[in-house]
This record gives sequence, structure tokens and C-alpha cells, in this order.
Amino acid sequence: MTPEELEDIAQRERETQREFPQRVNVCVAAGCLSCQSDAVKEALVKEAASRGLGDQCQVKGVGCMGLCSEGPLVSISTGHLYQHVSARDAGAILDSLQGSLVEQLLCPTDTPFFQRQKKIVLENSGTIDPERIEEYIACQGYHALVKALTEMTPQQVIAEITTSGLRGRGGAGYPTGLKWSTVAKAVGTQKFVICNADEGDPGAFMDRSVLESDPHRVLEGMLIAAYAVGASQGYIYVRAEYPLAIARLKTAIRQAERLGLLGANICGTGFNLHIELRLGAGAFVCGEETALIASIEGRRGTPRPRPPYPAMEGLVGQPTLINNVETYANVPPILRNGGAWYAQIGTEQSKGTKVFALAGRVRNTGLVEVPMGISLREMVFEIGGGIPDGKEFKAVQTGGPSGGCLPRETLDMPVEYESLARAGSIMGSGGMIVMDETSCMVDVAKYFMDFCMTESCGKCIPCRVGTYQMHRILSAITDMSAAAQDLKLLEELCDLVKHTSLCGLGQSAPNPVLSTLKYFLEEYQAHVHEHKCPAGACGVKMLEKVDA
Amino acid sequence: MPDYGARPAPPSADKRWKLVDATMRKAGANAHGLIETLHTVQQAFGFLDEEALRYVALSLRVPLSQAYGVATFYHFFTLKPGGRHTCVICLGTACYIKGAQHLLDTMQQTLHVAPGETTEDGEVSLLTARCLGSCGLAPAVVYDQEVAGKVDVASLRTHLEKWARHDS
Repeated sequence: MTPEELEDIAQRERETQREFPQRVNVCVAAGCLSCQSDAVKEALVKEAASRGLGDQCQVKGVGCMGLCSEGPLVSISTGHLYQHVSARDAGAILDSLQGSLVEQLLCPTDTPFFQRQKKIVLENSGTIDPERIEEYIACQGYHALVKALTEMTPQQVIAEITTSGLRGRGGAGYPTGLKWSTVAKAVGTQKFVICNADEGDPGAFMDRSVLESDPHRVLEGMLIAAYAVGASQGYIYVRAEYPLAIARLKTAIRQAERLGLLGANICGTGFNLHIELRLGAGAFVCGEETALIASIEGRRGTPRPRPPYPAMEGLVGQPTLINNVETYANVPPILRNGGAWYAQIGTEQSKGTKVFALAGRVRNTGLVEVPMGISLREMVFEIGGGIPDGKEFKAVQTGGPSGGCLPRETLDMPVEYESLARAGSIMGSGGMIVMDETSCMVDVAKYFMDFCMTESCGKCIPCRVGTYQMHRILSAITDMSAAAQDLKLLEELCDLVKHTSLCGLGQSAPNPVLSTLKYFLEEYQAHVHEHKCPAGACGVKMLEKVDA
Repeated sequence: MPDYGARPAPPSADKRWKLVDATMRKAGANAHGLIETLHTVQQAFGFLDEEALRYVALSLRVPLSQAYGVATFYHFFTLKPGGRHTCVICLGTACYIKGAQHLLDTMQQTLHVAPGETTEDGEVSLLTARCLGSCGLAPAVVYDQEVAGKVDVASLRTHLEKWARHDS
């Protein structure tokens, strides 16, 4: 594949697209699919065929359009978006391509939810068919790869990534350029690139959406990374719980191999990369890189002490680059537009954009991509549309079980790696859960501790025993049976587990407790001293609710 | 010490073992292919029994204890057959905030089973998930592979009654 051949494919595809004066895009990502968007698409195809519109109107399935709570979503070539579409609306939607719009289905797109976003990772999401490589190529797909292979040295690629200021999107925020250059300098008989798609945070679905909506973007990112560090074998470690993402990745790999963009002697440059899928089996700890490597090697996913870091000794003891899905997805646009372009977006220390899965007690739930540095208030009240049912905002949780709950006082804080960490939470992979006055913060802390306790691999004692003991105390507090000294013991345990656990899971497990103790101590005290739950969620009241 | 000499024969003439063998071959018939192989076994047979674990362990030349260790470490693997229907309740954060625990309590009371168990008549398995990634539709429930969003107790009960009538 030469740059000219690639441009040929893109040109042909764009011409084919232009032949259709009318287009209807139906979201077929997991969110809308679970509201039967496949039936909507089928009805539209059938209706178009019965009207003899086959060569004028194109109906296609596309990736996530973002506003999952209002699905199934359908967009039409006039630029309008329809929400809550059902199969019987097919006729009316086709009518609206030339006539008047279907008012009752219209979803306003001039709202902050759509206007405040800046899409880099999600630029093709919701506009291209994720199962056709030609559409990705028509949107400048694989152009960055061909450019890297034909015009740039591996060092230049790494320099461009370093200039961009891109940091790992999996949660910890390690500078990507630095990681790449470490692996590039490491010596080994074979090097590996791994894509971490084991999105285990409850309440996070960014990676799934990217894989379902634009799988080729991730492959291209991995290819460029492999070229930069000198790897010839790649693995995508993806959750078995994401069957649709797995299916689309398999299709994407096959298509890329057929065009000679993946496999042996890519683009005739002598560069080889084979990518295989490895299915996770439901262990949160496998998001930790050494545990993930153990799992790819067929073993129990238990972490090991670092150093040596996987960049030096990773898969089968060889230098291994591990990045998250979203990190790889950022790579092609950085190479196409230059690292300096990317570095203009965001804040001093956190460059670019971040994809968030906005969910919980907020009006607009779904997937959003915003520039780094946006405030939590803008996220919750503008993009999220505020709290529904006239309830009061209480907290926003970022970073999943490793993150914290941030209260009203922190709403004007910018969303970036450092400020979130200072406030006692973390950026994490991008889950953002909004809570209102009906959520009890002790109960939420208990929920996350239950998660960490169950997911602890059991290798190191502080995490295995500490999470159990903290969960026991939190349960006693929510049962109104805790004593005053339990709060102090809880704090001590937090400190111990945080500083003595082996891996990130244990080290960050106390975060939900520490942040709620810091910002919502009065709720803990009300449980312990007055035996009541201010939010009305714990203890006896809960049982009454179940009976009702 | 198991006999590592010859390749073991499949436990039965069941054609599904051919799928398992194919996965093991593709993975290079060594310990690295253990998880991939167990995925194939579970996909083909629905669960992992002792016979399957012994066969896989012997074929991949890993101690049975390691195969059992892996099978029990990962939540996705199950050593027991599931019911005719499965109901997975998502307990991800977004679903929890929107009352998934309440749904789970209702199911436990109605079916008289704990999460991970199957009703005595073998009809329904009640499972929980860490997060389905359908947070925009919280609370989410999977009925026999089909995801349903914004589930409430009433729709949960309706679905159970449908199953009880053998509608689907």
C-alpha cells in the first residue's frame, strides 16, 4: 500500500458516498442496540427498498452518537438528530428527508451537550460504519500510519508524541512519549505492544464505545506505536463482556490484513505487526499492567512488584509497551496534525481532550469528549444538563473504585490529572458518576470497598485483609452498629492499605473512603452517633423500601 | 505426576471437543493458551466441569491445580451449569446509584436464590455483573443475552412471569 493507493481508496469511497443524496445513520453501538436500534435500522432499510430509494438513500449503522439515554438515535443527511426512535417511525423519517421534520422525535443539537464537546478520539464515532475499513480510510484513516512508515523515523514519531504532551488515558497519566522511548531503547529479542481494553471500572464505557464505533483507529494507533518502539507482535486484551467490541475488532483486523495494512511487510516497508485478541475473563485487577501480562500468559491475574517495569521486562520477559484504548486512539490525529496542534488543546500539564462516560443522577447520560481543563460544574450542569427530578446535587465520582467523591465545593475545579489528584480523586479512565441527595456517601464508600474487596487478587496481605476489614467497618456504620472509635480505626486502615499494598488496586482502594471522610464526615458521624442516615438510604429504611 | 508422554484423547466423542482442540493448537498447545482454551470450553459446553479441566490441563501440560486456579480466579468462568434462562443484574456504579441493589433484592426474594445460583427447577440463573457498560441506560439487566435498560421492579416481574409461562 502506497500513499497514492490509500488516497485512491479514500477517493473512491467518497465518490460512492456522494452518489447518495440522502443518508440515514442509525446508531448500532451497544447502548442503542439494547433499545432495539437494530430493528430500527432493519425497518428503515426495508422501507427505503419498498419505496425504490435503494440508489438514492443510504441507510447505515454507525457508532455511538453520545447521548445514550435518549436512544435509539438516528441522524439524517439534513443534519438533524432523532431520539427515542422505534421501528414504526421508519416511514416518517424517510418522509422527513425531503419534507417536514418529525417534530416529536427531534433531539435538539444546539444544547451544551453537543456544542461544548471537542471531538478528536470520537471524531468518526457516529458518522462512519465501524464495519467498513473504506469509510475509515475516507476519513483520513491509516494516512498517519502510511506517513509514519514512509516519511518518518521511529525517533521522529516518538518526538511528535512527546511534543503533543499526550498522557496515558488509562488513569495514571504517565507521559506517553516517555513510555514509548523507554520501550524503544530497551533491548530484547522481540518486543510487544499491548492494548489494554480491560475496562473494568464500574460506570465507565469509553473504551467499549471507541472499539465499537471506530475500531480501526485503535489498530492504527497500535501500528504506529509498534513502528516507533520496534515491536512485531501486538495483543488487544479486551473484556469478554464486550461481545460487540470483540466482533468489530475481529472484522477490523481481517480487513486491515487484507489491504496489507497489518501483518507482514506492511506497505512494502518491511515492517511487520501481527495483532491478536486476548479475552479477559472478568478480573478488575487485570487492568494493572503486570497482572494483565500474567493473564495474557494464561495465568491468574496477579501483579508483581515493579521494577522491572514492563517497558524493560514485560510479556515473556521481553520489552512491552502497554497503553490504553483511548491513548492509542489519540495517536493517528496527533501524527496527522502534528504534536504542536495537540498541545494547544487542554491545560499546561494535561493536554488534549478526554472522553468521559457521564452517568448517574444527571439529565444527559452518555459519552462526551471535552478539552482538558473544563470545570466539573460545566460537565455536570451544562453538558450533563443538571440533576433531574428537582433534586440537589451532592457529589460527582471520578476514577471508579480508585477515585473519590467530589462535593459541591470542588465544582469549579478544572478537570485535569493534577487538580483531581489534589482534591483526593483521580482522573481515572473517564467514568464520571453524578450523585444527588438520595445517595448516602457512606453507602457509596461501602459499595466501592465491596468492589475492591471482591476484586482483590489476594496476593498481598494489606489489600486482601485490609479491604475486608474496611468493608466490615463500613457495613457496621451503615447498619448503625458502629462505635465511635471505628471511624478512627477506619482512617488508620486507609493509611495502612494505601501505603503498603503491592499494586494500584490496593494502593487506591481507600480513596473512595478517604474522600468521603474528608468531604462528608458529618454523614459518617450521623450514622455513628445519631444512628440515622441523612440521605435515608441505609439501615432499617432500606428494608422498608424493599417491601414496598 | 500426570503422564506427559502422549497427547490425551478427548473425554468423549462429542464434536465440541474439536473446537477445544483447535483453540489449543492455535495457541501453541502450551500453558499460555490456558485462558483462551477455557473460554472455548465454556462457550461450547456452557460451563467448566472437572472432566474438561483435567483434559485441558493434561493437553496444555499445566498442573490441574493451575487450571483450577485460573478457572476459579476469573469471575467469567463458572464450574456449574446455568439455568434455562439467565438474568444478569448490573451492579455497576451508575446502576447502583439508580437502584440496582433494589432489583437484586427483589430477584433474590422472588426466586429464593443468591447471586450466582440457579433455581431448584433449573429454570433461572441469577447473576450479577460488575458493569455492562450500558451506564447511560441504568439500571440495566441482561435477560438471556438481551440487554434491557431503565429496568424497574415491575418490568423485572413481568419478564420472570413470561419465562414462567415458557413464552420465550
